[in-house]
Amino acid sequence: MSWDLETGPLLRVRGLEKRFDLDEGLLESLKFSGGKITRQTRAVHAVNNITFDVNKGDAVCVVGESGCGKSTVARMVAGLISPSNGEIHYGGARIDGLRGKDLLPLRKKIQMIFQNPYASLNPRMTIGQTLAEPLRYHNPGKSKGELQDKAIAVMKSVGIDPAWSARYAHELSGGQRQRIAIARALTVDPEFIVADEPISALDVSIQAQVLNLMLEMQEAHGLTYLFITHDLSVVEHFGTKVIVLYLGSICEVADTRTLFSNPKHPYTKALLSAVPQLKDDRPNHIRLKGEIPTPINLPAGCPFASRCPLADNRCAAEKPMPLQKDDGSIVACHAVEEKRIDALDWV
Amino acid sequence: MSLLSVRDLTVKFASRDGAMAALNGISFDLARGERLGIVGESGAGKSITGFALMNLLSKPGFIDGGEILFEGEDVTQMSPKQVRDMRGNRMAMIFQDPMVTLNPVLTIGQQMVETLRAHRNLSFEEARQIALVKLKEVYIPSPDERLDQYPHELSGGMRQRIIIAMALLLDPKLIIADEPTTALDVTIQADIMELLLEMCQSNQVGLILITHDLGVVSQVTERTMVMYAGRIIETGATRSIINDPQHPYTQGLINALPQQTPPGQRLKQIPGAMPTLSAMPTGCPFHTRCAHVTDECKRTAPEVSQFGDTAVACHEVHRLQRDLPKEVAQ
Repeated sequence: MSWDLETGPLLRVRGLEKRFDLDEGLLESLKFSGGKITRQTRAVHAVNNITFDVNKGDAVCVVGESGCGKSTVARMVAGLISPSNGEIHYGGARIDGLRGKDLLPLRKKIQMIFQNPYASLNPRMTIGQTLAEPLRYHNPGKSKGELQDKAIAVMKSVGIDPAWSARYAHELSGGQRQRIAIARALTVDPEFIVADEPISALDVSIQAQVLNLMLEMQEAHGLTYLFITHDLSVVEHFGTKVIVLYLGSICEVADTRTLFSNPKHPYTKALLSAVPQLKDDRPNHIRLKGEIPTPINLPAGCPFASRCPLADNRCAAEKPMPLQKDDGSIVACHAVEEKRIDALDWV
Repeated sequence: MSLLSVRDLTVKFASRDGAMAALNGISFDLARGERLGIVGESGAGKSITGFALMNLLSKPGFIDGGEILFEGEDVTQMSPKQVRDMRGNRMAMIFQDPMVTLNPVLTIGQQMVETLRAHRNLSFEEARQIALVKLKEVYIPSPDERLDQYPHELSGGMRQRIIIAMALLLDPKLIIADEPTTALDVTIQADIMELLLEMCQSNQVGLILITHDLGVVSQVTERTMVMYAGRIIETGATRSIINDPQHPYTQGLINALPQQTPPGQRLKQIPGAMPTLSAMPTGCPFHTRCAHVTDECKRTAPEVSQFGDTAVACHEVHRLQRDLPKEVAQ
């Protein structure tokens, strides 16, 4: 498979799937029922057949509730775990399944920022060491002085006083730590940043600081983001494209503006209306009944059917395929396809 | 008489470098059935306030002065027996993580019956019936079965519903909810908040909602109190706090939200971070981050003054308010 790198997407994800086996050993998988011993293995179906593209310079946001597979997608793209099925292509080359040394050039291009800056920084390393380590690892030929200059330049660019290099992470606040985590990702001059809930653990006034920093870095370094979040107001501000996940499947993919002005999938509509607003004068809140089903026993039909007010027999039996709409958005919903969605007097 | 009246409450934490004040003489009132939001960032003293009200502070934290009058009784002077009698009975608390609140080795029914029988002279059957009614009230499907289930068998949203049912078991006068939906997803959060609001309204229960989310406060509460570095810096009707904030910190907090800025542009951030307890600046605690800072702000901490229906602790606002009549006269 090949395509024009100039115009084609930077990241291309096709039919991505991830299962986590629950019963690993032989003994665990043996079940006794009806007088017979049978072998059964259960698995968490975290991500099911996901396809999307990320163009250069985009900030693609993946949204959804806990357990919908957002972080699993992020980890697969960053090469931290390998998919059970499907393909990931970056810059024209297939990157899923790469191991060891083959991954090295990719790690320079794709870097990750994690949610919790208290867990992602090594408490025994000073800030200077934290920033120098990836530099040294990826540039074995460079001298100590060169590496130090680079570390200082990165620190300055994210608004950290280079005098902090002797400090340890515990001496810094959450916002400062997240700055360090961003700086660490930027030391190797990556093209693509996977950010998994980078501001969720921070206070409101600090969230704005970190989000601004990420926007500035995007302009300065021409970065492309895959941004995982559950916070829709951040998505509206930051994202160029949104992927809405539910129970490991895609509900809707659309440009940010299209998604917020004209959400199509019933789950997207519910999600948008559930966000608490400052000016509390919206007439209709959407009430979703019930809870997200478990990803161990996936429903045969639409994953959202158990909570959807428009669900009918077809929804329960047949999983909807993502279909492209006139405005470019992609929606996986039988009700949208059959134009039953208008019966919904939400939003 | 108000349901709750807090006067000059000071809470300190003992440390090697001496006692450090986590709450600096805060005062506020809550009327019967009133819903008050406490907003602020981590370290502002929101949760400490909630814990102090329930007399739940544990070492090294201690109340270093002031009084907490709940239905006319001072919580800080209560004997351990009186405190036990009040907690869960007249004043109940809902915490952030329902899994920590619920006992994992007891069924939902056992925990609810235990709570009821600790405070009321009820038979096991009677207590179970009351528990069943309360579970129905919070819209738990098939409540009969739930009573015999363990917490781990239920989802996060369901657990938080059960916590609300348990908080309401003994018909308390006041519920303190500390970030009750922070651990939940948005669609579940909207559900739980609506339930909490409905329960408080229909049972005339006072609510203190501790949260960092201004959107949640705006939906549920009538009055809002903004805290910063152990002080109340602004109090007023929730609508006026959100539509017309006076204190520079409150303004900054609201303006920093992504929905206040057009997409793609820089957010209006507040520079710096909240000072830590051990390095509290002199004067106004916010002066290190404030755009309107003057020498007066660095020297003396501003008093809380009432303007219309909001009370603000800020020299700049005080100056503006003083000068305003003159300007109008000119």
